[in-house]
Amino acid sequence: MKSFEYARPASLDEAFALLSENWGETEIMAGGTDLVTAMKQYVTEPNRVVSLRGVAPLRAINATDAAIEIGAMATLREVLRHDAVKAQFPAVVTAIQGIASPQMLSRGTIGGELCQRPRCWYFRTGHGLFAKENGEALVPAGDSRYHAIFGNQGEAHFVSPSSLGPVLVALGATLRIQKGADSRDVPADAFFQTPATEKDRETVLKPNEILTAIVLPVSGAKNATYEVRHRHGLDWPYTTASVSFVLDGGKAKNVRIALGHVAPTPWVAKEAQAALEGQEVTEATAAAAGAAAVAGATPFDKNGYKLQLVKTAVKRALLAATA
Amino acid sequence: MATPQWPKMEKRALLGKRISRLDGPVKATGQAKYAYDMNRPGMLYARCCFAPYGAMKINGIDASAAEKAPGVRAVLVEQNMIGDEVRYVGQILATVAADTEEQAHEALRLIKVDFERLDMVLDDMNPANATGKPSGKEEGTVDDAMAAAKVVSEGEYGIPVITHCCLEAHGQVSEFKDGEMTFWPSTQSVSAYAEGMDQSIEVEQSKIHVDCQYMGGGFGSKFSHDQWGVIGALLSKQTGRPVKLMLERDQELMVAGNRPSAFGKVRVAVSPEGKMTAIDADVWGTGGNGGYRMPPVPYVFEGIPNVRNKGQGIKTNRGSQRAWRAPSHPQGCFITMAAVEDAAAAAGIDALEFFKNNLDLTSRPEVYAEQLDIAAELIGYKTKAHLRGQGEGPVRRGIGISIHTWGGMGHPSNCDAIINPDGSVEIRLGTQDLGSGTRTVVGIVAAETYGLPLEAITVSMGNNKYPFSSASGGSTTVGGVSSSTRIACTNALNALLEVVAPRLGVAPEALEVAGGKIFESAKPGNSIAWKDACGLMGPNPITKQGANEQKASQDLKLIDAGVGGVQMADVSVDIETGVVTLNEMVAVQDCGLIVDLKTAESQVYGGLIMGITYALYEEALYNHKTGRMLNGDLEFYRLAGLKDIGQLKVHMMTTEKYDSRGVIGLGEPPVISPGAAISNAVANAAGVRVPHLPLTPERVIVALQKGGILV
Ligand SMILES: Cc1cc2nc3c(=O)[nH]c(=O)nc-3n(C[C@H](O)[C@H](O)[C@H](O)COP(=O)(O)OP(=O)(O)OC[C@H]3O[C@@H](n4cnc5c(N)ncnc54)[C@H](O)[C@@H]3O)c2cc1C
Repeated sequence: MKSFEYARPASLDEAFALLSENWGETEIMAGGTDLVTAMKQYVTEPNRVVSLRGVAPLRAINATDAAIEIGAMATLREVLRHDAVKAQFPAVVTAIQGIASPQMLSRGTIGGELCQRPRCWYFRTGHGLFAKENGEALVPAGDSRYHAIFGNQGEAHFVSPSSLGPVLVALGATLRIQKGADSRDVPADAFFQTPATEKDRETVLKPNEILTAIVLPVSGAKNATYEVRHRHGLDWPYTTASVSFVLDGGKAKNVRIALGHVAPTPWVAKEAQAALEGQEVTEATAAAAGAAAVAGATPFDKNGYKLQLVKTAVKRALLAATA
Repeated sequence: MATPQWPKMEKRALLGKRISRLDGPVKATGQAKYAYDMNRPGMLYARCCFAPYGAMKINGIDASAAEKAPGVRAVLVEQNMIGDEVRYVGQILATVAADTEEQAHEALRLIKVDFERLDMVLDDMNPANATGKPSGKEEGTVDDAMAAAKVVSEGEYGIPVITHCCLEAHGQVSEFKDGEMTFWPSTQSVSAYAEGMDQSIEVEQSKIHVDCQYMGGGFGSKFSHDQWGVIGALLSKQTGRPVKLMLERDQELMVAGNRPSAFGKVRVAVSPEGKMTAIDADVWGTGGNGGYRMPPVPYVFEGIPNVRNKGQGIKTNRGSQRAWRAPSHPQGCFITMAAVEDAAAAAGIDALEFFKNNLDLTSRPEVYAEQLDIAAELIGYKTKAHLRGQGEGPVRRGIGISIHTWGGMGHPSNCDAIINPDGSVEIRLGTQDLGSGTRTVVGIVAAETYGLPLEAITVSMGNNKYPFSSASGGSTTVGGVSSSTRIACTNALNALLEVVAPRLGVAPEALEVAGGKIFESAKPGNSIAWKDACGLMGPNPITKQGANEQKASQDLKLIDAGVGGVQMADVSVDIETGVVTLNEMVAVQDCGLIVDLKTAESQVYGGLIMGITYALYEEALYNHKTGRMLNGDLEFYRLAGLKDIGQLKVHMMTTEKYDSRGVIGLGEPPVISPGAAISNAVANAAGVRVPHLPLTPERVIVALQKGGILV
């Protein structure tokens, strides 16, 4: 790891003053569980690390009847244990429980979870975000078993690592971004982006912007997450599906289905949403939505198996939400 | 007079009981110091610059900028690499020693290597890449037997390269002072660690000191001092400072131990009576940059009358293979037992019945028959078993069987037993405790021999100043050290009995020890407490030697070789996701006389967990363009955790028949069968064979799709 300067501001104002306008010069640190690893891997080599652990207000969780507002620095465990979250959002609970390490839950934050960098093994061993060696893309002919099956026709072949990303997309959450005195709210599906160049990142955040809060609207919608995991301890899911819908006279309305670990961003399964909209949720309609979810997939040589996982994850998430 | 033979079962105070390991508390509380924990005054940290591509010609290495970097005290360039070829990623090109680990790291990035890329071979799944000389044999008339068979089953099987993945990386702290070199390495071979090193570091053998009290795993990868042992010593000599050089995880996984892969196409002929009559196996794999030995196929069922097998190695640009717990056996076992189970399924015969019906093709049919019955009982075979593919619903359950064997003869070992005038007892031997319980076993044997509690024994080991004991590998340690300790202790005891006999008014032959007393066998009331007895010795301790010489010890029935084991696995396969969950695993194992039932069972638990890991998760994956490991970390090089292993049941064979053979090694046997047993269970549940380990969702799904079970 390259030597760096460490700053621990006590307020957001101080923090903004310490952040550079250019990626790579400074990095924000929350729990550090991903950032420090990335620094050891020379994925990023900041001159200054700005910890947000001293900015107390960022850790608050406030629940009203209309929404739950979670500070970006709330730890995964704090979110997991929050009564309102438990009561309203099984989709969130399942996703956080999947990050099955006591250390990760107590140290990792919700903001860090959403902004963590891809785990693509080419990216993490020095081949850049677009996984190249001498200008040649490594994923198509290489070991693509954990890579994208959707949205992979450009240069980005990695998958978004966040488990909560698809959950927030399915739940229609908003993310609050602050820069100095300015603050803007961005819908979850617009927060994530597929980087256009090696220098871009996987969210719309600018280097000197801070994600301050996540706002979950309380709508009484049924919701659930299903994760296909092999190991039961700390590990990455192969594929996840998060769903949300309102039951209106026994029929599913406002169906939202988002997939994880299948694309460079959380992936909205539009065909699956359409397939279920207005239907009763049964084993058969859930399976049909699952089958529709793989529409438009373009797997590489070694990850075609993920199609089956998508079908199953969508079906099981829908059934779990109704249970 | 005491004799070295093991006491009769009913006369044992400690042998065979469940006894907690002596070093448990210091390990659990972090007081045990491993190589990495050794911190010496003024110590430097060394880090290796390694080759970034699997095949390169090195034209030059320029370390001048690194030498000037902050904190750097020395850079050692591997001069002999200049002009030479690199054959795998991880090969050392230079090493930096600096005041801090971070500085050493930073300096590595300043080393400039001038090189040309060369072609490399990484793919070991394609037999066409084989270059090695084929080995194999043909016995009987295979083709005729195939033609005459009721069923011929055919399958392809594969087990990839995995690594040793010791949680404690390879490496050492070395300190050169006053012309003497001290090493604190992580090693499986304390007594012989420095062998062959004196010339490279120019320090006489007698001035090299080695100390390794605790170890975080070796599994066959830590027999040698390795290149980094020499480098660390040279850096210490050069700087006059102690140097800590431990491999980092990526390099550890790439260069410090690979288990050869094995792929095979196998045909098995089954007669109308359900007997295997012929086997035809074509096997290949890679030992990386090292050699390749064909795994034994057929394994255990060596009596199959008609056998044709061929094995060939593929030299690849990956780190060299090293012995991995039971070298060749897990591979041979997996390929054979999977083919056997496929044959049973093809013939429509229940797997347990098929195994039993063919035991006369093995060299210990009675042992396996008895063990199969016990395992079947423990796993509930009767109620759970079904023919292949008879499961229903999305999650299907199945049972798999495998059997294995191992030698485990005690290795050459020397021991000093010391009885002090104050009654204290010390045992000294240059062996090592890899975490398996060697220290505890030595203590138990000594305590048993002297009729003392375990706490009364001081076990001194893990240092090359003590009598030579061989390297720990091949399950040879427990036999070696228990035999040498028993003999040494018996010799020392007899010397003590000579001293005590006049006091008790009998000949030494009339005396025995137990319960902290020395007494007359015929008249136990005529006794003296151990401590008082030792007080009669005068000022000098009694020191006697004992040596384990294999033939002599075997004649005394102190040790033996050759064991059998049976394992059964109960799994669930989610056929919609390909996820395999282990419900339960049963291991039934024979290892002769058991010194400590608890550490023996622990050894089997450990073997099962390691086996479950390679069955479900482990494989070394490589970047096809660079030859670097893609999963050179503990994130995607997955290991099983507690939640992944299901319920484990261990049954040790402890009856007189097994016990009377003496002590036999146990390190390797339990790790041999899990791959086969779990793969067979998955085939039984899913209705298709998943040809290659590990049994990951991607492989299971592809197999289910090919088998038409998933569309
Ligand atoms: C083996 C393993 C398995 C894992 N499995 C999962 C899994 O299944 N699902 C999953 O989701 N995660 C998983 N994780 C990752 C884990 O969840 C993340 O490391 C953790 O959530 C990151 O949180 P942190 O607070 O430590 O972030 P940090 O490491 O501090 O930060 C991560 C990134 O986010 C940026 N950042 C953090 N906070 C802010 C902010 N407020 N504003 C702007 N930028 C910010 C940082 O600059 C950095 O780039 C796994 C990790 C490991 C090692």
